[in-house]
Amino acid sequence: MKRIYVWALLMCTAVSAIAQESFPINGIRDIRTGLYAFTNATIIQNEKTKLEKATLLIKQGKIIAVGTSVAIPKDAVVVDCAGKFIYPSFVDPFTDYGAGQAKRPAGGFNYGGPGQFLSNKPGAYNWNQAIKPEVNASDLFNADEAAAKNFRANGFGVVFTHVKDGIARGTGAVVTLATENNNQAILKTKAAAVYSFEKGSSTQSYPSSLMGSIALLRQTYIDAKWYQTKPAGEGVNLSLEAWNNSQNIPQIFAADDKWSTVRADRLGDEFGVQYVIKGGDNGYQRIEEILKTKASYILNVDFPEAMDVEDPNDARFVSLADMKHWELAPTNLGAFEKANVLFSISSTDLKDSKIFLANIKKAIRYGLSESKALEALTKNPATMLGVYDQVGSLETGKLANFIITTEPVFSNNAKIIENWVQGNKYEVAASEWNNYAGKYKLTLNVGGTNADYNLEVKKDLSASIIGTDTLTAKITINESLVKITFPNKKGKGAEQLRLGGAIVGANWSGIGTDPAGNKNTWTATFVGPMTTTADTKKNTDTLKPLAKITYPFVGFGNEKIPSQETILIKNATVWTNEKEGVLNNTDVLLKNGKIAKLGKDISEAGARVIDGTGKHLSAGIIDEHSHIAALSINEGAQSVTSEVRIADNLNPEDINIYRQLSGGVTSSHILHGSANTVGGQTQLIKLRWGANDQDLKFAGADGFIKFALGENVKRTTSTSNNRFPDTRMGVEEVLNDAFDRAVDYQKAMKENPNTRRDLELDALVEILNKKRFITCHSYVQPEITYMMRIGDKYGFTVNTFTHILEGYKVADKMKKHGSTASTFSDWFMYKTEVQDATGYNAAIMQKVGLNVCINSDDAEMARRLNQEAAKTVKYGGVSEQEAFKMVTLNPAKALHVSDKVGSIKTGKDADVVLWSDNPLSIYAKSLYTIVDGTIYFDREKDAAMHKEVAAERTRLTQKMLGEKKAGGATRPATPSYQVLLTCGDHDHADEMVTIYETQKD
Amino acid sequence: MQKKYTTLLIVSLALLQLKASAQETVYPVGPQAGPIVITHATVHVGNGTVLTDASVSFDKGKITGVGASVSTTGATIIDATGKQVYPGLIVPLSSLGLREINSGVRGSNDFQEIGENNASIRTIVSYNTDSKVINVLRANGVLLAHVAPMGELIEGSSSVVQLDAWNYEDAAYKADNGIFINMPTLIPRRGGRGGFMRQAAGDPVKEAMIKIETIKTFFTEARAYLQEKNHADNNLKFEAVRGLFNGKQKLYVRANEVKQMLLAIDLGKTFGFNMVIVGAAESLQIAALLVENNIPVILDNEHALPTTEDDDIDQMYKLPAELKKAGVLFAINDANDQSKQRNISFNAGTAAAYGLGKEEALTAITLNTAKILGIDDITGSIETGKDANIIISEGDILDMRGNQVTKAFIQGRDISLDNKQKQLYERYKHKYKIN
Repeated sequence: MKRIYVWALLMCTAVSAIAQESFPINGIRDIRTGLYAFTNATIIQNEKTKLEKATLLIKQGKIIAVGTSVAIPKDAVVVDCAGKFIYPSFVDPFTDYGAGQAKRPAGGFNYGGPGQFLSNKPGAYNWNQAIKPEVNASDLFNADEAAAKNFRANGFGVVFTHVKDGIARGTGAVVTLATENNNQAILKTKAAAVYSFEKGSSTQSYPSSLMGSIALLRQTYIDAKWYQTKPAGEGVNLSLEAWNNSQNIPQIFAADDKWSTVRADRLGDEFGVQYVIKGGDNGYQRIEEILKTKASYILNVDFPEAMDVEDPNDARFVSLADMKHWELAPTNLGAFEKANVLFSISSTDLKDSKIFLANIKKAIRYGLSESKALEALTKNPATMLGVYDQVGSLETGKLANFIITTEPVFSNNAKIIENWVQGNKYEVAASEWNNYAGKYKLTLNVGGTNADYNLEVKKDLSASIIGTDTLTAKITINESLVKITFPNKKGKGAEQLRLGGAIVGANWSGIGTDPAGNKNTWTATFVGPMTTTADTKKNTDTLKPLAKITYPFVGFGNEKIPSQETILIKNATVWTNEKEGVLNNTDVLLKNGKIAKLGKDISEAGARVIDGTGKHLSAGIIDEHSHIAALSINEGAQSVTSEVRIADNLNPEDINIYRQLSGGVTSSHILHGSANTVGGQTQLIKLRWGANDQDLKFAGADGFIKFALGENVKRTTSTSNNRFPDTRMGVEEVLNDAFDRAVDYQKAMKENPNTRRDLELDALVEILNKKRFITCHSYVQPEITYMMRIGDKYGFTVNTFTHILEGYKVADKMKKHGSTASTFSDWFMYKTEVQDATGYNAAIMQKVGLNVCINSDDAEMARRLNQEAAKTVKYGGVSEQEAFKMVTLNPAKALHVSDKVGSIKTGKDADVVLWSDNPLSIYAKSLYTIVDGTIYFDREKDAAMHKEVAAERTRLTQKMLGEKKAGGATRPATPSYQVLLTCGDHDHADEMVTIYETQKD
Repeated sequence: MQKKYTTLLIVSLALLQLKASAQETVYPVGPQAGPIVITHATVHVGNGTVLTDASVSFDKGKITGVGASVSTTGATIIDATGKQVYPGLIVPLSSLGLREINSGVRGSNDFQEIGENNASIRTIVSYNTDSKVINVLRANGVLLAHVAPMGELIEGSSSVVQLDAWNYEDAAYKADNGIFINMPTLIPRRGGRGGFMRQAAGDPVKEAMIKIETIKTFFTEARAYLQEKNHADNNLKFEAVRGLFNGKQKLYVRANEVKQMLLAIDLGKTFGFNMVIVGAAESLQIAALLVENNIPVILDNEHALPTTEDDDIDQMYKLPAELKKAGVLFAINDANDQSKQRNISFNAGTAAAYGLGKEEALTAITLNTAKILGIDDITGSIETGKDANIIISEGDILDMRGNQVTKAFIQGRDISLDNKQKQLYERYKHKYKIN
């Protein structure tokens, strides 16, 4: 029976159960109905319904009946599945199966290299090479047996496939993993459109940053809508046409990281699109933000491996965040379930597809329920892709896509025996079909004398023969043939007995030879099952407490985001920055996030009292020029990129937020870099350590934009620049042209409703209308002057000149124009345009009457801005109080927020610092840095936190070592590099695991 | 005498008004003309001692007396009541005079030679006394600098210069005092950009080990070569490191990582070199080994971010204090060339604030540095017999609030503290009629 069955199936694999009518046949037709009945099985119909001793009946690739009382047609091939489990096969919602190899990413924009300004894709397509909605995976699809086999081994029957390349990637198709026939494999073309922030193989310079990718997507949404009006000038744009045609299918966004998830959702909200978001493995770190997206998700099980941390020198450079993520990543799926977020599971991103099921089981041990796991592998992806009527559960009328397993599919030792796709059988582990485990009576008959032994066989065919000794036997089973070898005695000098025979029913029999060459006959009679000892070895790793989630998810994060308090600082020396000057022995009350009272002998019930005796209280430091807390700083691919926004790529987990709090900084103005003349829109943030990107923003502040002049924008250090401009003359003309275009655009928008909305020009129009303000990187006097003349010509004031190391030469002109100056205290000689820089710059400008700020442009120096301000006392004799205003009140004025911050005045935001000493002194340290009445930095608590970080690192290091010792997979200890986005304007010593990215600021 | 001095100053200031923005008028000064005594000063000796209401006398370029009872006979008196007197500051490592405009002007840069082994190149011959940076450093009390080459592996020889000279031969304070090597990194590097990170290719550890082997082979062969006087083919590179083997030169090894430093120590021991580790960011971890092997360090990056995001936020600020506790000899530097080390006293100030204490911090930019450079017999502290390298500040030189250098003497020469930045200040004060 068994042999016949095997043969029949092999035949069936060769000839598809469903024939394709339009195709001619060479030879004799051989049409089969593929009518099979799988009986006596435990059938898991879907995540909710389990049938015992049930039958699954399939025909022509479809399920025709399923249940416990299914009548079996006479012409059905019956497969007895007693002891077996049948599940609907899985649906992978995010693959590139059969859609061609993804091209290698082209890499980022090279500051020094020549640029590529337009797409080099031949044809009537979009200007940008990374926007390719015209690509349809179904056009490219070609079944790939080698790849399909790996998917099927993991239980998949159907996948969504697309070309994983580009920002708009085009549409994907739903295909089965049957590989006989491409036509029948495709279940649905254009099942979903896919997007990402990564430009992939595009060789075009733009976009070169995350914020550029976002701007490009925004502009493309606008362009596509505009294209519907059939604008004459555009001609045929096949990309925009395809974009428009693919808006009504599911929209999948490959975001991968928790913050990118939020970014993608925000983008969707702007254009009325609810993406299905392909998240990464770290959503658990910000589950509240995830929940707020209201998106459904595609999640992977690509959990990081433990690192080899045996060498403490290597382990030292692995961050706590990375170690914690290693421990917690398997909780990701469970966290989504617990938060009631709808999600599907994909096998994507795995380096080795073989660990897929093991990782699902791991996720289950870490909190995912089995029924949710099954739902996320079947119903959810099928529903999302609009194919739940065909796959995703075992119901009459659906495709005959199912797997047969030895045990419940998520149990530790479960094996998939067969994976049936569209009625075609694919063997996964055929040998698992039969279970030979059990106790047998082994009888050897040598010359008529019987010798009996107990033979115990485990499921993996490891076996023992028990007589006077217990001997280890080796059993090999091939179909129904069996071989057994075992030693004639224990220990050294043992020789082997060899038995060979056949399996008949539950019993085995055959002939054998002993070491001396004596022949025998033997039988092994099944006595009963093995008494199994429960497998308790595993499942223990959930028992121990895991790492705590902190906000942000890095060392020095808090388990709870700090909250606002009522704080009374007693008897401090208060630097008001107001006409009162410095007040001695003064109390300050902070309440509801504001400075509530200022005076002597204040008391407040319930307030946290901080003794300020001998200490100095000041307004928090405001850094006018910073590049922390962002994932990209420069969109340098074009000379005008006013469409990009720093706000789109804030990084609330930058440790430098915390470090700068320790230096008394409470607000930072995060600027675009200086790679181009018109850079991007800036973002003023408050250093609310632990907040999400939205909550970092300084609410209600005016919008600013970064401009840049001089060496950086003309790409002085490049030897192959082909981007206009290459001289200061050209820079001036770029500015003229930009504003000229903006003026015409504004007029056109008023006159013609069909004018194409241009995000780049929108920002410039805001400048014209005094709704957005410029902070302009500038050095030498001619460029400073012409920038002001451009402002004069187009009717706006250049709000701030930043760097402005030759500001002292044209301070009178700047005063007349009304600009603020924001400069370094004493940098000089790092490039040609700063040869005339002098430490006295700030003092001269201040004395001429300008509003002068001292900024950092440097994550390290920002921690010492108070000292940088103090240098204006040394260089030029500015008074101490005026000097301190250069890092507090003056930047507040420059940024139009002096009504809220910058001084200690009743009603202003409670953004204050308690210093151990005169805040201009090198000996002064911030003891408390308070933002909105919330203590975000507390020097005593910091010391305690540092100890906790060290202790947690030790615990996780030990755990990783344990993982290695236990034989778990490990990877080399990978340094957790800190990327510091910075200017190329000054050198940094090469810190070991910090990468300073020369972004030319 | 004292009066004459003041008049001279007024005259030179008047000249400044006329020829502003010309630092060419800032002249190096001739040898000390007669004895000078600084009186009623708070003298920070540089070795940890502070003398209040003390005098310092010097003649013919040498310090002749320090303390309460110093003879003033025939000397020019400088009354320093309420002022602070310090040894001249020493920059322990610099590309001063070799590197003028860092970015975009390749022609102005002479600090880094091409090639793996440049044992025989000498910084002193390229040291440009007319660099616009030198006078800016002097104005903040830096009187000596250790000018070192940079390179791939064996970098060449360094020299100590004094900052008031017509040419490099005048400037040489201790020529060719050390050989520099650069330890290759043993940490896997990462390439790529922010959102687009990629793992760098190759195995850096393996590559580094090959390079380190190259260094060892070089020194092994040099040692053998130097045993023999006559060679058919002279080898300049071997000749250049003779001083390492006879104890006249020190080996300066650039290394920050523990593994780099361990390999450096091994190298030093193998050849019996007198060694200094430069950079030494992670030196605290091997402090005991450094003490045991008598190896000092130049902390090249006091104002640095913590090495890793989990490190103490003040890790680098506290490092000097921790090393002091552990008994390691160290000097402090400011690695950021854009500020051109004019801020070296503030680097020390930060260390002072984070546990080192003020006098120890001063030592880390004066006497310790002199020891590490092998010139403590002639400078580094205000002690009788040493060169009169002395500065006077209005207040605490470690703190921006007090740092105001009003006088400086190099080998007793009363040097000008003027520079282009001050001249530009004068020029625009004039333009805007401000004070």
